[in-house]
Amino acid sequence: MTLVFSTTSAGALVVKGSLPWTPNAGDPPTAVLPGPWVYFIPEEGAAIEALVDRLIPPDPQTPGGKDAGCAVFIDRQLAGSYGSAEGLYMRGPFANGTPQQGDQSPLTPAVRYRQALAALDKYCRATFAGKSFAQLPDDQKDKVISGLEEGSATLDGADGKMFFAQLLTNTREGFFADPVYGGNRDMVAWKMIGFPGARYDYRDWVDRHNERYPLPPVGFAGRPGWVRQGP
Amino acid sequence: MTRKLPATDVVIIGLGWTGSILAHELTGAGLNVVAIERGPWRDTATDFPPAFAQDELRYHIRHDLFLRPAQQTMTFRNNVNQTALPIRAWQGFMPGNGVGGGGLHWNAQTWRFNPTDFQLKTHLTQRYGSKFLPENMTIQDWGVTYDEIEPYYDKFEYLCGTSGKAGNLNGQKQAGGNPFEGPRSREYPTPPQRQPYAAVLFAQAAKELGYFPFPQPSGNLSQAYTNPLGVTLGACTFCGFCEWFGCGNYSKASPQTTILPALIRQPNFEARTNCEVVRINLDKSGKRATGVTYIDTSDQEWEQPADLVLLCAFQLFNVQLLLTSGIGKPYNPSRNEGVIGRNYSYQVTSNVDAFFDDKNFNPFISSGSIGMCIDEFNGDNFDHGPHGFVGGGYMGAVQTGGRPILTTRTPPGTPAWGAQWKKAVADNYLSSYETMVHASSYSYRDVYCDLDPTYTDRLGRKLMRITFDFHENELKMSQYLTDRLAEVVQKMGPRQIVKLPRTGPYTSTQYQTTHTCGGAVMGTDRSISAVNRYLQSWDVPNLFVMGATAFPQNAGYNPTDTVCALAYWAADAIVNQYLKNPGPLVQT
Amino acid sequence: MRIRTLTALAFAACITGGVSLRAVGDDQSFAKIERGRYLAVAGDCSACHTVPGGKPFAGGAALETPFGALVGPNITPDVATGIGAWSEADFLRAMSEGIGKNGTRLYPAMPYPAYTKVTRDDASAIWAYLRTLEPVGNAVQSNQLLFPFNARRPATATWDLINFKPGVFEPDPAKSETWNRGAYLVEGLGHCGTCHTPKNITGGDRGDMVLQGALLQNWYAPDVTTDLRTGIGSWAVEEIVRYLKTGANSFDIASGPMAEAVENSTSHMTDADLLAIATYLKDSPPRNGPAVAALAGNDRRMVAGQAIYEDRCAACHVSSGAGAPTLFPRLAKAPLIQSDDPTSLIRVVLIGSRAGATAAAPTAPAMPAFGWNLNDAEVADVLTYIRNAWGNAAAPIQPASVATLRDRLQR
Repeated sequence: MTLVFSTTSAGALVVKGSLPWTPNAGDPPTAVLPGPWVYFIPEEGAAIEALVDRLIPPDPQTPGGKDAGCAVFIDRQLAGSYGSAEGLYMRGPFANGTPQQGDQSPLTPAVRYRQALAALDKYCRATFAGKSFAQLPDDQKDKVISGLEEGSATLDGADGKMFFAQLLTNTREGFFADPVYGGNRDMVAWKMIGFPGARYDYRDWVDRHNERYPLPPVGFAGRPGWVRQGP
Repeated sequence: MTRKLPATDVVIIGLGWTGSILAHELTGAGLNVVAIERGPWRDTATDFPPAFAQDELRYHIRHDLFLRPAQQTMTFRNNVNQTALPIRAWQGFMPGNGVGGGGLHWNAQTWRFNPTDFQLKTHLTQRYGSKFLPENMTIQDWGVTYDEIEPYYDKFEYLCGTSGKAGNLNGQKQAGGNPFEGPRSREYPTPPQRQPYAAVLFAQAAKELGYFPFPQPSGNLSQAYTNPLGVTLGACTFCGFCEWFGCGNYSKASPQTTILPALIRQPNFEARTNCEVVRINLDKSGKRATGVTYIDTSDQEWEQPADLVLLCAFQLFNVQLLLTSGIGKPYNPSRNEGVIGRNYSYQVTSNVDAFFDDKNFNPFISSGSIGMCIDEFNGDNFDHGPHGFVGGGYMGAVQTGGRPILTTRTPPGTPAWGAQWKKAVADNYLSSYETMVHASSYSYRDVYCDLDPTYTDRLGRKLMRITFDFHENELKMSQYLTDRLAEVVQKMGPRQIVKLPRTGPYTSTQYQTTHTCGGAVMGTDRSISAVNRYLQSWDVPNLFVMGATAFPQNAGYNPTDTVCALAYWAADAIVNQYLKNPGPLVQT
Repeated sequence: MRIRTLTALAFAACITGGVSLRAVGDDQSFAKIERGRYLAVAGDCSACHTVPGGKPFAGGAALETPFGALVGPNITPDVATGIGAWSEADFLRAMSEGIGKNGTRLYPAMPYPAYTKVTRDDASAIWAYLRTLEPVGNAVQSNQLLFPFNARRPATATWDLINFKPGVFEPDPAKSETWNRGAYLVEGLGHCGTCHTPKNITGGDRGDMVLQGALLQNWYAPDVTTDLRTGIGSWAVEEIVRYLKTGANSFDIASGPMAEAVENSTSHMTDADLLAIATYLKDSPPRNGPAVAALAGNDRRMVAGQAIYEDRCAACHVSSGAGAPTLFPRLAKAPLIQSDDPTSLIRVVLIGSRAGATAAAPTAPAMPAFGWNLNDAEVADVLTYIRNAWGNAAAPIQPASVATLRDRLQR
């Protein structure tokens, strides 16, 4: 996905006479490719995988955040325009305002993750005999996360509560966004809730009330049914 | 160095709904029109085809179709005692960007205001006495009546092909429509949209309580429609990706699907996109606009002289351009003087969430303006005497889709993460539903816009500063309306409901609507209005200012129908009055 | 130079441009000039002789042929670079014999095999109109053909022997006046066969396959005989008129070169002439192509294709293939969909297409590109499904055909 900042990357255009159109027009999403971390260093990646897998734990029906690809999603988002706060107003002066005035941090999401993950690592190693977050048993992981959520676990050099909120938001985004962005592998999150995905036509179903919609989810990259089956 | 271009008859700032309407009407009258648009050209098959239009992350979460705050934003504070800080990322409202403007990403809820909304001050004072209104409230009459505007509402709705059921045809009440609406001169162009399960349940419950439910007027069309310009729209397919999204199959009314294909054929029309107007130029007298100055993508400055300047940007940017260009007297709340920035208003929405055991709503089958509503508690449709507030709103089952990142509703008490959260999301996605109150926001002396003393944009221009908070009147109203809605929802038979009335203070971090209003309001008294009843600037008569900018206060309905009706009304005045005798259309 | 399609061209320039009434003789009455202007529109002369947005008739954009590129020359009255030095007799000869001033043989991209049927009176009116144009100095290198086709004389002389029968249109006394007018327009000035008639190895029309559909510049100009499956046999005369007048009817919307032909030419023709064309076409013999049986619904290509169709196509074209008039072309029982040659279908799925716009039907809806989204097998299967669902029947499409066109379109 490219987020076009229209004043800088697109040229001025005079439109006259007929509607503009060119073959292959459009800016479709670019699929995230599996593979090594793009933004995270390995330790950060391991911590994020452990975190997202506790925020959304696996169960017998549905994979957890890690297997669903939420960590890959966050990595690729941080490596892209989201991570660099592209398009946001980042001019100073920076001041702490009221909660109603919204986020006033001068730090980009990518920098915030880097700082918070380093601080979390320090916190865990100090608190749990040199162990990183990923090395903790599940119940201790959950206690750390609850501490971040409630503000009781104080990180050195990062706002733990703010980090928790951002991580939770991004994890949910990755879990429920189209698989093309790296999370929601095989549309597992959509199957879990019954969302049929990137469909565009429910005319045959709008007034079939209280019935389960029958078609499986589809993503931008399609679905298994698009491939010829059988001999 | 600024390069000067050959003069044109008309320059239009912003090519959204009002810019498109004005351009079409004025090219039709033979004028040469140049429209200058800050964002890119956008069109259906190229920018949001059904192959990737339904992308919640890209369009809703990451705001792909919206203005970038780095290009332009504003500062915000709740009251004059605070220091305003910049809105660094959009959250509370979403200014559009590019050709089509807000008309591209709207839900297409196409409501008319009530007759009394246009004469609000007079009406409320007559009914309840002037002491009934809060002391600081600065509501006022519009200077135009519903009856005067009705033909232009009609014209816009027939442009869009709006789907709905009339409740009042020429004074005759119609079963199945909104019995509280002002008289319509004819039926809606197309019948109402088919309704999903939750809306039908809501309507049944409302009827049982003695209310008169009706289908929400919808610019997502129930059937294919060819408008008077010859442009054809398709039938809505209930994909559930309207607001925040462009429509991929020509079934949501927008400038793209109703006007632009016809407008672009006019040989006397030209659009320049990715060009940002930085100021409206005045002659030495300060009483005549000579055109506009804009910058292109390489920051080259251009001057476009014109005989007539039409300010058709989004409400907030209209006000900002007036302030930046030094047109009209800026509002000063302490002295209660000036008009530019005065009477800023917004919208007061609230919700009732409902969780059911035995229902499957398929919430993803929806449209931006589907649903069943009641209007018993809007405007002055009910006696406010016993309640101690004024204002109101419509309410109904109007959930616009089931997009999963943000539609993961869980019952109260559910943790925000972990196994319990995951299970609750899975259990409640199909069987929960969000109902809504969409209510008025009246104007106050201490709610306004001016230029910020500290923060500037990338060109060094001062950002605009919004000073806004809810007042007790609105919070009381929200509580009352939310309670009434909850009674209806309770009748639908849920396991559990959650009442979410609007509470203060107003926060810029929570999305309600993008219905920011006022700041250069219309009226008959130039000491308290920036434009006359034809949206013509009192100070610069060859400048007209469109949009919700003109609303003296906001009613309990979505603004687009009224914004566009006023645009047609102003276009009519320009063509039939102004062009014959250029100058002030209202003498003072 | 940008490659333009055969009929490419902004017509507006042609109708608004340059009737300056300069240096016109007494015999050139306004009525004659105006008739000439209309006939130039009906003949869609600007398609080849005007660059989009350029000066009317001052030379066109390149027409790509299998033998190389040809460019429509400057036909304004400019002496040095146009046809200002020509006499009327020179012009009439070019129209009827394909031989230009000084005896140069023209390339048959100039459709003189059709124009030869134009009456002397009509050709004279066109000449009268062309003489009123503003002379534009614009030297055009018309011949950009590859060797050996660029050696004009012997090649075209041979070509004429094989493919060219000179002679003005002969009305058929057994047919109505309307029919004869239609035949005159279709076979003559309208030169419909230039796109719609299959070509022999030399590029000449195949007389045994008139209007049965042909490929050019990666578009397939469909069968416009009265064949019920692949032709216009199921279209009423009124629907054909509407199509030519507005670019859209209950079945289809003009796209590609035909959209340009409608925008620049047929939408400006009189209803009487369009009725004549439709009447003639409806009376033409059907192609009578070989019978084709529809693929079974459970064919694995059909099953996959249906899944893709439901997910990607139904939001516009409707699950029943019904489409929506003037907005989304109907696919069920649609002639173009069942064409023997699926080039246009593959093309619009891969790179999209914008429909034509006319004053009567200005919407100009566009088909989005799906080439980024669907691989060759998926494009093949969804088209195979569309060609064999809802009563349609046509040969399945091979992924290799998609790959070939994808490659060609990217070049």
